[in-house]
Amino acid sequence: MLSIDGVLLDFKRLDSLATGDSAIHRLDPRAKVLVTLVFIVTVVSFGRYELTAMVPFFIFPAVIIGLGNLPAGYIARKVALLCPFALIVAIFNPVFDREVLVQLGPLAVTGGWISCASIVVRAALTVGAAIILLAVTGFPAICRALERLGMPQAFAVQLLFLYRYIFVLTEEGGRVSRARALRSYGNRGLGMKAYGSLLGNLLLRTWLRAERIHMAMLARGFTGEFHTRREFRFGGRELVYFLGWSALFITLRLQNAPRLLGALVTGISR
Amino acid sequence: MSHHIVEVKNLRHVYPDGTPALRDISFRITHGESVAIIGANGAGKSTLLLHLNGYLAPTSGEIRIGDFPMSKATLPDIRRTVGMVFQDPDDQLFMPTVYDDVAFGPMNLGMPGPDVEARVRDALQRVGAGHLQEKAPYHLSGGEKKRVAIATVLSMSPDILVMDEPTNGLDPFARRQLMGLLKDFHHTKIFTSHDLDMVLELCERTIILNEGAVKADGPTREIFRDEALLAGCRLEKPLSMQGCPVCGK
Amino acid sequence: MHMADALLSPAVGGTMWAASAGTIAYCSAKVRSELDDRKVPLMGVLGAFLFAAQMINFTIPATGSSGHLGGGLLLAILLGPHAAFLTIASVLVVQALFFADGGLLALGCNIFNMGFFPAFVAYPFVYKKLLGNNPSRMRLTTATLIAAVVGLQLGPFGVVLETFFSGISALPFATFAILMQPIHLAIGIVEGVVTVAVVSFVYKARPEILQGALAARPIDNHPLRNVLLAFLAVAILTGGGISLFASKNPDGLEWAIAKVTGNEELAGPRQGVHGALAAIQEKSAFLPDYSFKKPAEPKDRVGDPAPEKKNEAEDDLGTSMAGIVGTLLTLALAFISGFILKKRNKAV
Repeated sequence: MLSIDGVLLDFKRLDSLATGDSAIHRLDPRAKVLVTLVFIVTVVSFGRYELTAMVPFFIFPAVIIGLGNLPAGYIARKVALLCPFALIVAIFNPVFDREVLVQLGPLAVTGGWISCASIVVRAALTVGAAIILLAVTGFPAICRALERLGMPQAFAVQLLFLYRYIFVLTEEGGRVSRARALRSYGNRGLGMKAYGSLLGNLLLRTWLRAERIHMAMLARGFTGEFHTRREFRFGGRELVYFLGWSALFITLRLQNAPRLLGALVTGISR
Repeated sequence: MSHHIVEVKNLRHVYPDGTPALRDISFRITHGESVAIIGANGAGKSTLLLHLNGYLAPTSGEIRIGDFPMSKATLPDIRRTVGMVFQDPDDQLFMPTVYDDVAFGPMNLGMPGPDVEARVRDALQRVGAGHLQEKAPYHLSGGEKKRVAIATVLSMSPDILVMDEPTNGLDPFARRQLMGLLKDFHHTKIFTSHDLDMVLELCERTIILNEGAVKADGPTREIFRDEALLAGCRLEKPLSMQGCPVCGK
Repeated sequence: MHMADALLSPAVGGTMWAASAGTIAYCSAKVRSELDDRKVPLMGVLGAFLFAAQMINFTIPATGSSGHLGGGLLLAILLGPHAAFLTIASVLVVQALFFADGGLLALGCNIFNMGFFPAFVAYPFVYKKLLGNNPSRMRLTTATLIAAVVGLQLGPFGVVLETFFSGISALPFATFAILMQPIHLAIGIVEGVVTVAVVSFVYKARPEILQGALAARPIDNHPLRNVLLAFLAVAILTGGGISLFASKNPDGLEWAIAKVTGNEELAGPRQGVHGALAAIQEKSAFLPDYSFKKPAEPKDRVGDPAPEKKNEAEDDLGTSMAGIVGTLLTLALAFISGFILKKRNKAV
């Protein structure tokens, strides 16, 4: 449904963000991967009716976007585009859960609506965290970090190869489907039979390409082993980054900061 | 320096489905020569090249690279000696960054880290791509890709450079730049190409393949003057040897 | 369909991560031991092919709607189950990172739903069994079709189960299943037809590709897999067992934290900080004009870290899951400390 060219452009844009040079970009990718994991786990560990307590977690994406010099609008747009998918399932909550939990003046808010909103906030936070991780780290570095954290090398190599050839193959797929679209005069979809041979064709070409790549690898002494370069350094800055964020997330998980703040503010204002 | 020699004797290759691709090919290329292998589509050029680094095994016949007869035992040495640059740089550049790609060969040779780094830097410098080191292959232009692909092979310091269609798909400027680069290499060079003007400039010797057999082997200029021979092999004179389209001379 | 982070509890997410990570480790070892270095680039580009193919749509006959290839079964046929699983998993990783399809925590679920079922259930137990030893055209078609349907029934059922056990969505189990399964029956049939079309195209053009795939006999005995499954079962059982002990504690993470810190206060939501806060809140109105009163029964749900009291059975399940996660987290901690120690050793 999305145009291939559009997807590819978006992909390249996101990919190019990782070439930035900021203090965050320079951190060892392992620290960034681990912090993102702690973030996501703490966020999703909230109960289903939790809403306010999740809000302070937006501090994390906000700070990283700031320090990492990322285009906030672009990332917000990407996140916003994905939230409707979470909503599709969340929208059933108000239907099934009609117990009134909060009375805001004349407005009775049911548990369903709260948990629905909670799901959307969760989605925004977790999706945002993933995109930001990618934007400040870059896919190859994430793979290497995961490999150093114990991911099998065969899978790391697979990820790197996939990543490299996504660009090539998606362009090829785009050309094929453009060639088809130009001759189908407005019929959007593709008949099954034509689809089968179109994909079959693409598959065969892919297969031949794999054979050529294999030749090129053999020609340069490939024997089945992959050697990777450049050791990362997990130093003091990384440790501070990791521990600092983790401590904050856990504190925010245990303390409802907005409520504390709210109580404090309203208390003072009285 | 005998190890720069390529010798092919009575090479035959039949594909598994029974199609003969090469019939009785023999030639000898000596140190420092620059040789073009030309021919129509399907003449057997690519099949021949794939024999030169042992990717395909001959059905019969013999290949010697330098001091080594081609065999399973000498394959690693032969692949180090013969640097092969493939036609589509997207097949050649499979690592996430240019650096990783150029370092792939030296690392497979088991070199220590600092040596690898020196080689990578040197190879990229020689093709004028030092500034591309940290880039991803898909962010490169066609000409850049081609030059980096050559660097991936140079980093293994081969004695013989084999290139399949080096100028294919390049714009005139990038083509010119690449040809300048190739001229400066003192390796033994073997090219296949349809770009006969490039052949004329870079190669003093040309071998014509036709239907899997050597049709002609000699000085490039002489071969390109023989119009009947060229036409018989579905080729034609390079444009620079044809008359001027304006004045007709 | 992709499982999403937002619908997932950490317990379910963690368990599925462990399951998927285990399968990835197993498959990586298996692919390595095959020593077929041709497969390295082949898996990579086929993953990219799948990625690209999923963006090309076709029209589903007689409906006017469009669909695209899922590809799990196709890859299993071309590459064998182990390499196929790794390839599918890698595609899902990229989709999760770049397009946030599902999200990172849900990745474990998605890899399992879309990789494990086609590669390790539909392929060996349906496709291979139906295909028999000397496949005819007809058998190939039936086997592919049925295997595709089976794979695409199991995957969404996985989504339903994971959603149900997470308890974030209020959608009842049966309703969700009734929504999901029939739709995916249709999707499965279409997937089957497309897979047949592509496979027979390849078969006509380059039969040796499929022959090669058939030659790699994958279904023999799997000592490593058995060990792994046993290990997983033990981990899940002990995790679940321990947490049932603590089933009075409403929240697994809270419970784990209380155990770790020895701080009992955290476990009781009405005591300590939370109690004090609730007291403050009761005294001071949140907003001047609106009353923020809650109904008597589920009194402190809003903003409370321990709200899950919907029903007893669900609660028990929740706590068991939490125990499992506790186990997994401890494992992870052990790994991390091991990693740090190893580093230190190297440095010395």
